[in-house]
Amino acid sequence: MRRCPYIIVCVTVLLGLVSPANVARASSPWFTARPVLSTVEGMAVPPTEANKRFPPPEFESGYVQPSPTTPAPRQDIYQYIDALVLLAALGISAYLVLKRRSRSAIFALAVFSLLYFGFARMGCVCSVGAIQNIVLSIFDRSYAVPIVVLAFFLLPLIFTLFFGRVFCAGVCPLGAIQDLVLVRPVRVPNWLEGALRLFAYVYLGAAILFAATGSAFIICRYDPFVSFFRLSGNWNILTLGGSVLLVSVFVGRPYCRFVCPYGVILRQLSRISRWNVTIAPGRQDPAIVMTGLTGGPDECIQCRLCEDSCPFGAIREPTADWTGRDYSIGKKRLALLMVLLPVLALSVGWAGSRLKNVTARMHATVRLAERVYLEDAGKAEGTTNASLAFRATGKPTEQLYAEASNIRAKFTLGGWFFGGFVGLIAGLKLIGLSRRVGRTDYEADRASCLACGRCFEYCPKEHAKRKGIEN
Amino acid sequence: MGENKRLQAGVTRRRFLRDSLWGTCLAGLGVLTGFVVGKHRKTNTLWQIDPYTCIACGNCATYCVLDESAVKCMHAFSVCGYCRICFGFFGPEPVDITEGAENQVCPTGAIKRTFVEEPYYEYIIDEKLCNGCGKCVKGCNAFGNGSLFLQVRHDRCLNCNECSIAAACPSGAWKRVPAERPYLLKPALSPSAALRVNSAEGMAAHPPQAEHGAGNHA
Repeated sequence: MRRCPYIIVCVTVLLGLVSPANVARASSPWFTARPVLSTVEGMAVPPTEANKRFPPPEFESGYVQPSPTTPAPRQDIYQYIDALVLLAALGISAYLVLKRRSRSAIFALAVFSLLYFGFARMGCVCSVGAIQNIVLSIFDRSYAVPIVVLAFFLLPLIFTLFFGRVFCAGVCPLGAIQDLVLVRPVRVPNWLEGALRLFAYVYLGAAILFAATGSAFIICRYDPFVSFFRLSGNWNILTLGGSVLLVSVFVGRPYCRFVCPYGVILRQLSRISRWNVTIAPGRQDPAIVMTGLTGGPDECIQCRLCEDSCPFGAIREPTADWTGRDYSIGKKRLALLMVLLPVLALSVGWAGSRLKNVTARMHATVRLAERVYLEDAGKAEGTTNASLAFRATGKPTEQLYAEASNIRAKFTLGGWFFGGFVGLIAGLKLIGLSRRVGRTDYEADRASCLACGRCFEYCPKEHAKRKGIEN
Repeated sequence: MGENKRLQAGVTRRRFLRDSLWGTCLAGLGVLTGFVVGKHRKTNTLWQIDPYTCIACGNCATYCVLDESAVKCMHAFSVCGYCRICFGFFGPEPVDITEGAENQVCPTGAIKRTFVEEPYYEYIIDEKLCNGCGKCVKGCNAFGNGSLFLQVRHDRCLNCNECSIAAACPSGAWKRVPAERPYLLKPALSPSAALRVNSAEGMAAHPPQAEHGAGNHA
């Protein structure tokens, strides 16, 4: 019955109206076509070549047929310029953070990045979202990543391996927009910070899962700031973005710390970076850092002036020595957590795989198969655009169901990896908490430090150094 | 066994491990680059609508991140039948066969109808007014030649990494196409082909080789 209007058209055409063109061109059979017309609304008609019902006219009046315009897309060259600007901005950021050590210069660079990568380039494509393109290209043989997207993904990673999170400091427009509105930073307690950060890992895992299965690019879909950059967007996303910005006034860069899936990768790379931010000046000299020696004229003097300078909670205090009793308790706890780690990873992995029926619904084919099944079983009333479009293709439903169960199987496997990853991260976090860290100075945490440069000003050694240069 | 010596040895071991990890990460990024570049086809991709899969559901008008959608209706004049009563132009129950707004299917009055010669009329889309709702496309597909179809206008499209319309497309008509062939146009229909289709009563013909891009729908 779904093809009913279609059949009516055919019958109308067949019945007596020798040339189908008459239906439309002559006004006399108008009333014949009229009841048919009323069915146009709301039906989805498969456009096939069969629709070519009327031969193209041969004009006698010398009418010249116009040709449709096809405006060209933005030229590729601009994309390469974007990649070059990114490279330059990363280089400048590294220089400003490690050598020049100037907060105001870093801030100026961040404003530039916000204007260029944010408002001028409208935030797309960005390094954060590029994760998904890379993942999709690994899992989907027919998808190739454009070279510029690859550059956006790789350049910040390489720079982080060398210089720490200089990308976060002054290049990322998402970070810049939050940094700009941070006026009244409140301190997030360490336990809360660590717990909230787990969300970023879950988000990264989910983004990879959905990109790998070709379901969706959730990082782009739920990007809170890109609608601001485009100055348009739907209300849900604008509300989300507005709320995150409002929170950013009091909590320093919440998206970067608790949500950003790219930041999670940068954290780990920053831990092992060649050079990184130091609160006291002088030690960024690579020759000294490479030898691993500490001490020297520019060392931390433990004046505690910088203690509260970091709005992102990235400054770590010197640690007290553990007593013998602390050690024995710590050792036991560590051993327990080490044993717990695989258990945690496996159990969360199992839970992830059990979620396949829910997670698989992110894929359009699975949603369609479920809908078609419900309609066929008489459990759902009416049709949707998608189910109509599917039925119009004439594809057998068995084929659709087979495709859907294939995708569900992928989600079962993907769920194991996703859950396992989340469990592993949670376990490693616990292990990290029970490990003794020996620290004698106030230091910027290599992973959490966003290299914004706020703490430089607080260090008296920094002032001494600047005076020395001036004199 | 001085405490210092042990500490120094520990520091060295730790540094060695750290450096190896650093090298591994760099090498890993290199391998990833190699893998991805190996697949690289030297071209950027853009979003486009396959007009043969599109069902003109109307999502294009509402789901685009732009207030005014990047999708507009295009008219393949070489496919058009120049009908006097165009079902892409007139609503389902027109009061009269005139250009009056009450007769039109287009909600924004973006289609201009002009008389060419008896019995032919020309239909031109005013792109500034078109909102990409596809109401005319639906009418033309249902009763006409299907010469009206929706396309992404690349002077407007922001080429989002995840296209919001593509995510909402019910028929999977959105795909990534190579940037050097950014449009999926309907090819001209030769008069003989039209006659052949007509004589076969037009219901079972296969679509001719359209420019189906090698693009892939994510």
